Amino acid sequence: MTETERHDYDVLVIGAGGAGLRAAIEARERGMRTAVVCKSLFGKAHTVMAEGGCAAAMGNVNANDSWQVHYRDTMRGGKFLNSWRMAELHAKEAPDRVWELETYGALFDRTADGRIHQRNFGGHTYPRLAHVGDRTGLELIRSLQQRIVALQQEDHAATGDYEARLRVFAECTVTELLTDDDGAIAGAFGYWRESGRFVEIAAPAVVLATGGIGKSFQVTSNSWEYTGDGHALALRAGARLVDMEFVQFHPTGMVWPPSVKGILVTEGVRGDGGVLKNSDGERFMFRYVPDVFTGQYAETEEEADRWYDDQENNRRTPDLLPRDEVARAINTEVKEGRGSPHGGVYLDIASRMPAEEIKRRLPSMYHQFKELADVDITAEPMEVGPTCHYVMGGIEVDPDTGRSSVPGLFAAGECASGMHGSNRLGGNSLSDLLVFGRRAGLGAAQHVAGLERRPVVREEAVRRAAATAVAPFEPSSGGTSENPYTLQTDLQQMMNDLVGIIRTHAEMMEALDRLDALRDRVRDVVVEGHRQYNPGWHLALDLRNMLLVGEAVATSALLRTESRGGHTRDDYPDLDATWRRRVLVTHLRDDDDGGASDPVVPRVVVEPAERAPMRDDLLALFELAELEKYYTPDELAAHPGRDRGAA
Amino acid sequence: MTYTGRFRVWRGDADGGSLHDHEVEVNEGEVVLDILHRLQATQTPDLAVRWNCKAGKCGSCSAEIDGRPRLLCMTRMSVFAPDHVVTVTPLRTFPVVRDLVTDVSFNYAKAREVTAFTPPAGLAPGEYRMQQVDVERSQEFRKCIECFLCQDTCHVVRDHEENKESFAGPRYLLRVAELEMHPLDVADRVDAAQDEHGLGRCNITKCCTEVCPEGIKITDNALIPMKERVADRRYDPLAWLGRTISRRR
Amino acid sequence: MTATARGVDAPGRAGIDARTLRTDRWWLPPAATTVGLLAFVVYGGVRAFQQQYFFADERYLTPFYSPCVSLGCAAEPGAAHFGMFLPDHPLIPYAALSLPFLLLFRLTCYYYRKAYYRSFWLSPAACAVPEPHAQYTGETRFPLIMQNAHRYFFYLAAVIALINTYDALLAFRHPTDGFVVGVGNLVLLVNVALLWGYTLSCHSCRHVMGGRLTHFSKHPVRYRLWTWVSRLNTRHMFFAWITLGTLVATDLYVMLVARGTITDLRIVG
Repeated sequence: MTETERHDYDVLVIGAGGAGLRAAIEARERGMRTAVVCKSLFGKAHTVMAEGGCAAAMGNVNANDSWQVHYRDTMRGGKFLNSWRMAELHAKEAPDRVWELETYGALFDRTADGRIHQRNFGGHTYPRLAHVGDRTGLELIRSLQQRIVALQQEDHAATGDYEARLRVFAECTVTELLTDDDGAIAGAFGYWRESGRFVEIAAPAVVLATGGIGKSFQVTSNSWEYTGDGHALALRAGARLVDMEFVQFHPTGMVWPPSVKGILVTEGVRGDGGVLKNSDGERFMFRYVPDVFTGQYAETEEEADRWYDDQENNRRTPDLLPRDEVARAINTEVKEGRGSPHGGVYLDIASRMPAEEIKRRLPSMYHQFKELADVDITAEPMEVGPTCHYVMGGIEVDPDTGRSSVPGLFAAGECASGMHGSNRLGGNSLSDLLVFGRRAGLGAAQHVAGLERRPVVREEAVRRAAATAVAPFEPSSGGTSENPYTLQTDLQQMMNDLVGIIRTHAEMMEALDRLDALRDRVRDVVVEGHRQYNPGWHLALDLRNMLLVGEAVATSALLRTESRGGHTRDDYPDLDATWRRRVLVTHLRDDDDGGASDPVVPRVVVEPAERAPMRDDLLALFELAELEKYYTPDELAAHPGRDRGAA
Repeated sequence: MTYTGRFRVWRGDADGGSLHDHEVEVNEGEVVLDILHRLQATQTPDLAVRWNCKAGKCGSCSAEIDGRPRLLCMTRMSVFAPDHVVTVTPLRTFPVVRDLVTDVSFNYAKAREVTAFTPPAGLAPGEYRMQQVDVERSQEFRKCIECFLCQDTCHVVRDHEENKESFAGPRYLLRVAELEMHPLDVADRVDAAQDEHGLGRCNITKCCTEVCPEGIKITDNALIPMKERVADRRYDPLAWLGRTISRRR
Repeated sequence: MTATARGVDAPGRAGIDARTLRTDRWWLPPAATTVGLLAFVVYGGVRAFQQQYFFADERYLTPFYSPCVSLGCAAEPGAAHFGMFLPDHPLIPYAALSLPFLLLFRLTCYYYRKAYYRSFWLSPAACAVPEPHAQYTGETRFPLIMQNAHRYFFYLAAVIALINTYDALLAFRHPTDGFVVGVGNLVLLVNVALLWGYTLSCHSCRHVMGGRLTHFSKHPVRYRLWTWVSRLNTRHMFFAWITLGTLVATDLYVMLVARGTITDLRIVG
């Protein structure tokens, strides 16, 4: 077996997107020797794709905004499935995290009085998204990246070594978490993409910040990195996933040409005045306001148009309903034959404002359509359709610290769960990354500070991880050899068709059958060439994670017999209040002898559990009438509105 | 429209390599990166290509197409005639790792040499006030996606390996300009721009601006203004006199 | 390092035989620049030292002879508005006070620098085309470090543009006919307007107007000036070339009228 490079750190962060970088900054600032591992180059993480903005109730544009309003919006968007504690922390801390970015050098767009400008977005009552044109994610990642460089400069001044206390392992993929004999985190095992050399990083605390799972779907806004690594690593290390059935399909992805299908069209287009139309030219969203939102959205086009200028006296346009509602509406329009030529609907901003204004407000959208689709969005409408965008489900964590059920394992960002419930509001992910990235970094630092002894890596586990990693180079035992690219395409197609935006019992059963077949085939994957920067090999290893996560999604989706947020069942089309308090928990199925059921892609079990009830003072922030749409009567017995009603 | 396109792709590593000819299916609306992915899936599964977002936002898939530095994901096939042989090579300014992937660590090393953003002492988070007109110049520079195409095309390092030591390249001179124009930055990088980052080596031949996929006017808006600021400090007796007098008062 | 292992052939970089793989006609712009600049230098050199046909009776003074400060200007009474004090010598142009500075203004201009570094010095001839030099230090040493004096030549060029404007306006007043407008007047006027365009679109001008400020919001007037110059500045290359053309055209027109080869057409008066 080839030699393994060894390192030792206090905190290891896996993933260098917004959450990972923020966690690393926090851990380093708390005095921990910190390492960040990322699959791509430093600063290329998927966070750069975020466009619209970062939600924080600073009240710069509308002074009525407050954390309570933000909290209510978040819970409503998630259909009251969110971890109320996470939503509370998020709403309260997001402004501080945004202001902190300014101290790192971020330059958001400004209001006339010099504060951070905020824009409207789907599901947010007030203009709330701090933004830089439509490239907010880039600003966020660059600011964090530059903060890390600044910390390294401090360390260089103090020690002569830039990487003395904070090092970025770029283009390095972690394939397995390492635990000690008691099951506590002891480090991670991975390989350098450039050389294929193995690397073992010992660390008593690991923060997972690996992002989502979108690459398991054919039409997605996610990059190749989004293979559910964190979800799979956590499962295999013994942690639990929750809410895996909730996958957000962003309503507006590009649909044409095929090579760019799925690439995101920012919600900012609608926030700034763009409207959805079907092939009849009808603004169809007015027909799709669901019961739970009745009365909160404009009922006529005139009122909706007035709202952009006067939000006090008008209700917002239904084009800005939460993403799950808009995605389903578009899906229905297309199915009923009112779609655009390439199977989407029209998103029109050209007829709504002057060309110069569009270019100023949405420069990268203009650029994207011009360069990739040869469409001038200042002259003609865009064609858009739903695209897999975000997974609400993820690693079960403690809201305050990001701690998972495995000692020493923390998670933040998209790979963690709870914050967004069944559906995430636009703009809440960038603030999620900052708030919970920081908290996970803090949690990890405190965990390490409180340790009595450092967990020790089991050599046997390192050897096993190395053997699993090189397995795809060996000829398959069955005689047939599978091409990893073909396997990935088959998986993506299957997930898109069967576990996509609309689901049924029969489809889930079929999906699980097909996953079984794929599980057999993945054992026979054979890759050509050697280990130096070999994308075929990298994909073969990622496939393990994609399959595991696919199974978690399909199994959870089969069990949840209702429709809510990012989970729509054709056979159970309605919200079911009894399901609100139930959470589906995914964990590995152990064999009788205690070992994993399948070393390549272990089997998972999904079981329902009870969700913790919301704290009373938070529950009291909502009108009883609204809660009654989501809660069973006995859950609301303690609501103050109930007393008033009785009196 | 689907046709069979002809491609020449460089394959190899630091020890050597060569251009390989391939015939690949090309469909309507595709970009060069799509073709390389098809090559991976059907002919050369271990072809090394660096990429991420495939939407021109992350700056990972930098390479040279027909000898010109480009993003693979933003070069549409429709700009080539169907019988044109498209040549794809790695960036030629940085050491090659494998196939189309190069070692761009030069850039990350240079990033560390620029003094970081330095806010005024005592300004608490949340109290930052900046006017839109004051942030716009730096905002343009912050559009940079760090694709390093400007670093690749700049002849100062492309044609002179020995200059890598003393020249930060357009990307990091742009970063210096961004911070110097930041309305709340209090550090001074003007002398460093000339002495440490090698601004004087730039001969403003504008290749960095030509290749920038974000359309940042690197030369006109960052490099020349920085040269002028250096002239203020170093080469302009009148400006020196003015500073001296105003300091006395 | 051997001469062959330079730049793109340096050890570690991808081994590609061709020095450049560009398939377009990348040599065309530098070649055209060379031809254009040489043509101007030859024409301007000949005319600067010709010392005749620089003033037409219609009171048109060619910019190549403005201000006319040589004792030789006495041959054309009315051409010299600023006195005559330089010796009349075949090697001293009549406008020896302005021509060297105008030349230096253009020589140190950020656009022309690009143009001649690319076309004459091939450094580089075109993007991603290797340059032929073994060493490169850019503008860090003498003489190229003198490029930093560009702003001083801008100040002088602005003064000279004022003189050219004065010449153009003065030409409207005919010694005998009073206010007149001839084709020559329009030629002078267009030329001087474009000269202002070139001079004010200068990068140094942009810096002086407001580019050196960090807080535009505290200097609204200078911010507006900067915005205005910035807009002109995007066309600096255009002005650089068009003024070479109008300078030659204006001079040629004045010369031909002065020689009597053509007659100026009177439009008004």
